[in-house]
Amino acid sequence: MAGAVVVLARSRNLFAVVVLAGVYSFLMATVLVALDAVDVAMTEASVGAGISTVLFLGALYLCKSEEAKPVHKPWLPLALSIAVAVTLVYGTLGLPGFSNIESPIHQHVVPRYLTEGVKETGVPNIVTAVLASYRGYDTLGETTVVFTAGAGVVALLRRRRRERKP
Amino acid sequence: MRSDLILRVVAKLLIPFILLFALYVQFHGDFGPGGGFQAGVIAAAAVIFYALIFGLADARRMVPEPLVESMMALGVLTYGSVGLAGLLLGGNYLDYFVLAHDTVHGQERGIFWVEVGVAITVSGVMLKIFYMFADRGKVDDE
Repeated sequence: MAGAVVVLARSRNLFAVVVLAGVYSFLMATVLVALDAVDVAMTEASVGAGISTVLFLGALYLCKSEEAKPVHKPWLPLALSIAVAVTLVYGTLGLPGFSNIESPIHQHVVPRYLTEGVKETGVPNIVTAVLASYRGYDTLGETTVVFTAGAGVVALLRRRRRERKP
Repeated sequence: MRSDLILRVVAKLLIPFILLFALYVQFHGDFGPGGGFQAGVIAAAAVIFYALIFGLADARRMVPEPLVESMMALGVLTYGSVGLAGLLLGGNYLDYFVLAHDTVHGQERGIFWVEVGVAITVSGVMLKIFYMFADRGKVDDE
């Protein structure tokens, strides 16, 4: 994965960048499988590696496949992103360790979901139970967000096509 | 790409299985990994695959644009009406316990329809975005 990222940053050929981004998504999906998050891995593989690669290729078809030479020096953005990364990593130091049962997130509602979830919803996949039942409002919101995003794309691209026709 | 025999044959072999897998992910999402979002994306990917091999016009004939556009709204409406059904049957909004005589069955029924709504919206939006992008490329060609 680190190798893919280095080549992604160095490469000037956008076609190679798109394919490598797909490869990165697949590797990320395998990492998620290793973390036992199969639902997320499935989403990553189908959306990240599948559909977004196709959409990127479609966008690439509309423009040149070589990246233009940068106009500005990259030092300021580089320093800014390194500063943000250092801050974020410093923030993670305060979090409880990975898979630590004592951490607050595992003490609040998780025991109830794990012990009562199957009894209350009859759905053995806890992820589905939490997503669709306990957190039903959140998922309704997410679906609305997906719908809004689609409607936004339709509104933007359709107007441009109509301008071109007359 | 339209005349490539191997691609066409492989696509024809694979697409039914991709669609079947989407249905499996949809309806088996209660027991195994998966659910509405993943199933919707996989179903949309099958149609996109078809469009890549056989051309956009054929895909448009198979899954016409008005259908895709109405799917986008239909999914959200399905989700919302599950909530309204709970309201009408005397519960709170998005309360699944009242959807059947048994609370567990009510939960299962509610989750099922909610996931159907998510799948319909997601696959509609994905397909619509793809159609839009692919269409722009063709306009520029002409």
